[in-house]
Amino acid sequence: MTKVSMTVNGKAVSGEAEGRTLLSAFLREGLGLTGTHVGCDTSQCGACVVHVDGRAVKSCTVFALDVAGAEVRTIEGMANLDGSLGTIQQAFQDHHGLQCGFCTPGMVMSAAALLAENPKPSEADVRHYLEGNICRCTGYHNIVKAVLAASGQDVSAVAAE
Amino acid sequence: MPKDHGIGASSKRREDIRFLTGRGVYTDDMNLHGQAYAVFVRSQVAHGRIKSIDTSAAAAMPGVLAVFTGEDFKDVGGNPAGWLINSRDGTPMREPKRPVLAHGKVRHVGDAYAAVVAESYAEAKDAAEQLAADSEIEELPAIIDMAAALADASIRVHDEIPDNQCFDWGWIEDNRAAVDAAIKAAPHVTTLELVNNRLVPNAMEPRASIGEYFPGTGDYKLTTTSQNPHLTRLLVAAFVMGIPENKLTVVAPDVGGGFGSKIYHYGEEALVLAAAKKLARPVRWTAERSESFLSDAHGRDHVTKIELACETDGTFIAFRTETMANVGAYLSNFSTATPTFLHGTLMAGPYKVPNVYVNVKTVFTNTAPVDAYRGAGRPEATFSLERVIDKMCRELGLDPFDVRRKNLLTKDMFPYTTPVGLAYDTGDYHATLDKAMDMADVAGFETRRAASAARGKLRGMGLSTWIEACGIAPSHLVGVLGSRVGLYDAATVRVNATGNISVMTGAHSHGQGHETVFAQIVAEKLGVPEASVEIVHGDTSKIPFGMGSYGSRSLAVCGVAVTKAIDKIVAKGKKIAAHMLEAAEEDITFEAGTFSVAGTDKAKTFGEIAFSAYVPHNYPLETLEPGLEETAFYDPANFTYPAGAYICEVEVDEGTGKVDVVAFHCADDFGNIMNPMVVEGQVHGGVGQGIGQALCENTTYDDTGQLLTGSYMDYAMPRADDVPFYNVDYSCQTPCTHNPLGVKGCGEAGAIGSPPAVVNAVIDALHRGGYTHVKHIDMPVSPSRVWQAIHG
Repeated sequence: MTKVSMTVNGKAVSGEAEGRTLLSAFLREGLGLTGTHVGCDTSQCGACVVHVDGRAVKSCTVFALDVAGAEVRTIEGMANLDGSLGTIQQAFQDHHGLQCGFCTPGMVMSAAALLAENPKPSEADVRHYLEGNICRCTGYHNIVKAVLAASGQDVSAVAAE
Repeated sequence: MPKDHGIGASSKRREDIRFLTGRGVYTDDMNLHGQAYAVFVRSQVAHGRIKSIDTSAAAAMPGVLAVFTGEDFKDVGGNPAGWLINSRDGTPMREPKRPVLAHGKVRHVGDAYAAVVAESYAEAKDAAEQLAADSEIEELPAIIDMAAALADASIRVHDEIPDNQCFDWGWIEDNRAAVDAAIKAAPHVTTLELVNNRLVPNAMEPRASIGEYFPGTGDYKLTTTSQNPHLTRLLVAAFVMGIPENKLTVVAPDVGGGFGSKIYHYGEEALVLAAAKKLARPVRWTAERSESFLSDAHGRDHVTKIELACETDGTFIAFRTETMANVGAYLSNFSTATPTFLHGTLMAGPYKVPNVYVNVKTVFTNTAPVDAYRGAGRPEATFSLERVIDKMCRELGLDPFDVRRKNLLTKDMFPYTTPVGLAYDTGDYHATLDKAMDMADVAGFETRRAASAARGKLRGMGLSTWIEACGIAPSHLVGVLGSRVGLYDAATVRVNATGNISVMTGAHSHGQGHETVFAQIVAEKLGVPEASVEIVHGDTSKIPFGMGSYGSRSLAVCGVAVTKAIDKIVAKGKKIAAHMLEAAEEDITFEAGTFSVAGTDKAKTFGEIAFSAYVPHNYPLETLEPGLEETAFYDPANFTYPAGAYICEVEVDEGTGKVDVVAFHCADDFGNIMNPMVVEGQVHGGVGQGIGQALCENTTYDDTGQLLTGSYMDYAMPRADDVPFYNVDYSCQTPCTHNPLGVKGCGEAGAIGSPPAVVNAVIDALHRGGYTHVKHIDMPVSPSRVWQAIHG
């Protein structure tokens, strides 16, 4: 076990990790931040996406020790300071962009990374960017719509409001 | 103006707040005091004899608390099949024992035969790997292909079943001679052989379970990823473990999708309970995705020959189907109902067809168990019908829209009993067909086709007119059909003294949004704000009873139970109001949250009545109990019959064979709609899964029974850029005639109606491109299969 320190959602944290401890396990088991989900074991599903130093990262693909000293942001750090939903989170609720909620944290974190890179993405941009996030419930319709809406674009023309 | 609350409003989902902020509590999120971790040892061969398992090295490894093998469970019960089906000759189906851990033999890759419990997950995993290395399993020849399994008696999945057949079922056997004669005499017969591809449900949350045991009382608690905690309690307690039901609590907390795969009881649930008792500590197991692929119940996997007999103008005369359905190595709980009563009974579709006969042989193979997956039998029926109809239209040069219109039941024909035994209560199938054609701008197709051609793409349009039977199910009927359970449901409505309301429902929400939608119904019926209604589900210690959520039954059965309980609340409220207002009970009316004396301005609010029920100072105590809480059980009189018309447009790249779905239109009749936003979301998700089945997903075992598609690198889940925006309409509404909400259910529709629409569109595109030799392509219609068909 090695002691590892990092900043998570703006707070300095530290904990014990083995060399093989994944960041996802460190967040979930070590810090109790269970909003980050693990939906596969091959880095395909994207439920575990968090931000490391501003970049979207699949936390099941990174060792906790490798992000020592980094700034990590998880779904628990996405709400506004007053606790209300952030813009992307609110768009997901407004447009029914989630059902069972399991892929949702990863979707929100990926969407945030997309909008940071590309503030006004096209539908095709959103669909392409979310290739690494699998959702089984929504057929993606309302997720794509929510991300476009979160970018400030008018989605009223999208079929089947 | 759309409503902003109550029935019919697109109320935003209250559950979203916790899911969007990372505060959902799924089973694997729980970390109980003293929790230990279980890891299973799974067979690496499809068929093998367990010669020896040396547990000594694993047991001595760091952190290991206990090791279990099949020997530890050989004297407890098996996990039973929920439906007993008889063969055509009247003999009962074969039901081999399905043990908690394999004992004697392993029968599919992933079949768990041992487990390790340790202080940490990593220690348990290390020891499980050691145990695998210390297990001697003699590999036996495996049987994977269904036809081979029936033909080759030398390889037996279960030694006591010589032909690997579970049953040979005919529906309806009395129809058979007439159907045979009608087909023989018909002017035209179209025959199609097809495969309904095997799928892995892939709820995004892998299965997980926590067992607890409380030595002081002898109580057990199972927290598990279930769509139906009461059913799991019954199976674990009464059938497998021999625990009295009242000593076992089953909790299904937030569950990350189910799609059928979390209906069933699995051996891991029994193991964590047994381990918890042995260690007197909580024991948690969470599947890795690789384990999910190997051990979750799969879906579909039918091989079918269907014949359609018709007049030369396309008027249907008869349908005859022969199907082989894979049940895998063991019978999962619904596996015998899915290819029979959820499939054969739908083989008349929404059509006027006098003669229908269905034969289904279910086959044991050395593969994972196969069971109900979203739609469950009805997608298989719909795919067979809609594909053979499309093929017939091409053979006779008929327009597929005209042929549907000619054969669809007309709205004046209801109630209508089909030749395969269902009684459709209501519908208007021409209305949904017309609506879909309008949405799809069928008349404008040629312009769009030309535009696609200008971009080098073939464009095609495919139609599917579908029906399902859901709202599962009338108990007297399923009892006749072989079910071992009733399929009613229950609800308790508890009005608290301060007027807010707790509703305990037997439905379980794992994405459907019951916490919001059921609150809308209660708010509407009682005239209270939605925010004052709390929906409680997923805990056998809190809710009266329930058979859970599947078969699009939550609203049509569980939701109706809620309304029945509300009716009792209102009836009691009227008695209280009559006393308080010094009026006759029959003069009391209840509307918009107010009890009034008819024709006067004398009234009491719902809150005043509730308070009086709990503070009964001015109350008819001599004739009425205090308190305001009612329970209702509701058993539906019939199935419900949602139906609709789906139109898909695809573009096909001739050079690569790649298919893009460029438009998808759904016109559905779900009866009355409680929350349009949620209904649309359910259709989107179903269609997404249907497109996945049609274009991407396939479960492939090699000849030795190794699963080749065991991860997301090999099993092609549909992704955001594989699907379009969907065009969804539910304005054609013929309310269900036999439940008071008039609802039919919407959860499975998309997955039922969409696959044939996609495949029909691909065939259409190829024919329009001149590739008229292509009669059929099996799903998934992958680029390689399309390319090979083109170059046939």
